Amino acid sequence: MPSQYPIDPSRTDLAREFMANPMGPHSAALQRIVTRMRDTEAAGRYVLVTRVPYQEWGLAQLSGQRGVDLTLLEDQVFTSLEDAERAVFRLRWELITGSPLAID
Amino acid sequence: MLEKKIAGYSDEISVAPGERIRFMVSCEPGIDRYQADIVRLISGDRQPGGPGYRDELLPTSVSGEYPGRTQETYCGSYAVVPDGPAFGSLDDLTLQATIFPTLPGLRRACLISRMDVDAGRGFALWTDPEHGLVLELGDGAGGLHEYALGQPLVAREWYLVSATYDSAGGEVHLRQQLLDSYARDSSSGAASFTGEAAAVVACDAPLLIAAASREEARGKPIGEMIFNGRIERPVVASRVLELGEIEALRGGAVPPALRSDICGAWDFAQAIETDDIIDISPNGAHGRLINLPIRAVRGSNWTGDELSFRHAPEQYAAIHFVDDSLYDCEWDVDFELEVPADTPSGLYAARLTAGDQEDHITFVVRPPRELSARSNRSELSERSVPGDRATASLALLIPTASYMAYGNSRGGMETGNELLSNHLTVISPEMRYLNRHPEYANSMYDDHNDGTGVCYSSRLRPLINIRPTHPWLWQLSADMHLVEWLEAQEIPFDVITDEDMHHDGVSLLERYACVMTGSHPEYYSTQMWDALHAFTQRGGRLMYMGGNGFYWRVAYRDDKPGAMEMRRTEDGSRSWASEPGEYYMAFTGEYGGLWWRAGRTPQSLVGNGFIAQGFDHCSYFRRTSDSHDPRAAFIFDGVDDEIIGDFGLIGGGAAGLELDSASRAYGTPPHALTVATSEQHTDAYIRVNEDIGHMLLSIGGQDDPQVHADMVFFETPRGGAVFSTGSIAWVSSLFHNDHDNNVSRITRNVLDRFLDPTPLE
Repeated sequence: MPSQYPIDPSRTDLAREFMANPMGPHSAALQRIVTRMRDTEAAGRYVLVTRVPYQEWGLAQLSGQRGVDLTLLEDQVFTSLEDAERAVFRLRWELITGSPLAID
Repeated sequence: MLEKKIAGYSDEISVAPGERIRFMVSCEPGIDRYQADIVRLISGDRQPGGPGYRDELLPTSVSGEYPGRTQETYCGSYAVVPDGPAFGSLDDLTLQATIFPTLPGLRRACLISRMDVDAGRGFALWTDPEHGLVLELGDGAGGLHEYALGQPLVAREWYLVSATYDSAGGEVHLRQQLLDSYARDSSSGAASFTGEAAAVVACDAPLLIAAASREEARGKPIGEMIFNGRIERPVVASRVLELGEIEALRGGAVPPALRSDICGAWDFAQAIETDDIIDISPNGAHGRLINLPIRAVRGSNWTGDELSFRHAPEQYAAIHFVDDSLYDCEWDVDFELEVPADTPSGLYAARLTAGDQEDHITFVVRPPRELSARSNRSELSERSVPGDRATASLALLIPTASYMAYGNSRGGMETGNELLSNHLTVISPEMRYLNRHPEYANSMYDDHNDGTGVCYSSRLRPLINIRPTHPWLWQLSADMHLVEWLEAQEIPFDVITDEDMHHDGVSLLERYACVMTGSHPEYYSTQMWDALHAFTQRGGRLMYMGGNGFYWRVAYRDDKPGAMEMRRTEDGSRSWASEPGEYYMAFTGEYGGLWWRAGRTPQSLVGNGFIAQGFDHCSYFRRTSDSHDPRAAFIFDGVDDEIIGDFGLIGGGAAGLELDSASRAYGTPPHALTVATSEQHTDAYIRVNEDIGHMLLSIGGQDDPQVHADMVFFETPRGGAVFSTGSIAWVSSLFHNDHDNNVSRITRNVLDRFLDPTPLE
């Protein structure tokens, strides 16, 4: 069973905090949200795949099974880990709250 | 996108000048040739702002191009009983065993087999996901006929299973009986078949337990269709046994009346510390285990009254087989090095390169041995080593036991570890490569395919993450920060390993004024612990350069070089837990788990011990009042800062990842000085569970004052001393500002003093 901590979609202030400092440390309220987002099943979990070491990463989803490769999401490529964290935060925000994150 | 395609391993981890080391390499298709060179490793971390990778070529005959080839690896554990007279003239047959299947629904898996598939002769007893017990018999004409009981087995329950064949009437009887008692059990049952097909059960083939085989490789049958789970007291009889006789044979002895009818009855309660399986029938059809199945596990009759297999071996008559264990890849040798006589001691690698591909098979050249090349391990242990000599006053003790424990960790790719790091997991080409190669087996942090924790490791296989350049800065790749610093300081040092210390004892250490550990020497055998402790008590100086050291107890086996055992018992920060009653290590009979539980705390050895871990950010140390004690003055010579190590290549600080604190209650010497303490750890840092009584809300770094590292110094008898950093991340702060920083200065101050023979008093 995944974490049940609710994410209040009106708390865009916390989302802004994350976007400003995606690598943390985070405020306690934001960390609760981030923990909720990171506590997912292994199968389908978003991960980053090294495309060029220390320079370029692609988004992928784990298979959750030994010997079964991850699934690359070819259109999602990042040149900074911070941008990757921001992108996945948006994906998970929408997944959990049901509505897209309405901030720039 | 970069894909890893080449990897190898060596037969030795530590060799002296004049000794030989062999290298085995496997390339994926597309790598037709590769270049190999022997290099001395100087630096490994390629991250931006890091020291980069550097090595120094050792001119040897190894340098050259080699053909790339793919070498097969056969993982999974089973037993082989060589073909022999015991099975020569079988007409009728009984097969039986008590079994505990752990993955009965995965696929068909073999319990006992002796089969010549081409000739259609022999027998095999299987578990089948849909049909439960299945007996397969050869028809003597190239075909096989099978008989299925028809009821699936339940996972993780004990069953007595049996199959009989009566050649006179062609009668087959199958039975599987749940040993526990459940209402509505539908998994027990029996089935009989008459006259379906004539069978020829005799054949020329070895008998296998927990596997079937169709072909041989490297001098033994390749195990296929390996059974996951426990098998206890398997029996092969040359006539149809009655149920009462089958029940009697479950009991652990061959009743006198049955002696002439039993071809083999294997009592796994015997020789638990070995790879042997003992046949207690008069035939003596003993066998050998392949790929380290788990021994010293509970049998079906375990009562819980005794917790050690040595106290009640008859309750430990089971072996747990798994389809993904591995002892030795047994690859063909690609090239071999005779270490030149004048080779300086150091950390070396066989560097393999092919286009954008590389691998570093890392090994140690220890200081010279005044012996000719050793021929085997047993000879090594008998030879005293007084003729050996140090070539420096400092020894860097490479924690190879911990490298083996973490080797081929699959967590990043299988679970993501995101809640540990509090960041997205980055999957490197090395991790994807490892995931493509389940046959390279697992780390001691992983589960076997059936969910059982991995309690054995081996270095006779590629250990993909134990590489100087691995992007996960952990163990070897993090220890390279220390090597880089020592090189930059131009301090002469010898390199020795855990295995050297295990075999040679304190005599190896006593040649040095100072011994320096790696960043995370977590796994220690009794011999290693004794040697290091004796060194500190005989005037030696120890610099413990990391965190969470001396935590888990491990065991080696003299007849199994390169293998190591560990049990994750009662408590401790751990990825799996041993089953009750399975806390004693099969290799030695020693109680496994935390050294604390064996009465030897890390605090008593080095002044501090594991207290908390977190993997998002690293913090810093602040000097304490103890740091101004005159006894500690040498440590802070030239350091005016109150804050120590608020920088670093891992997490931005010297205090992080895994933290050790001082504790009088846990055995920190009463005179020890805590010269610095870390602070301001994030909530991703959580106190170790063995130190938590009641669970409280305040367990994270921001709330729990216990979540901190203590840097400790204390003197030991005869002028010796111990300095302990208390943090894995410490060594990764040495490089900052071209080594001109307070972490580097403190480390250098301590090292200079520890190399000075003037006693510390």
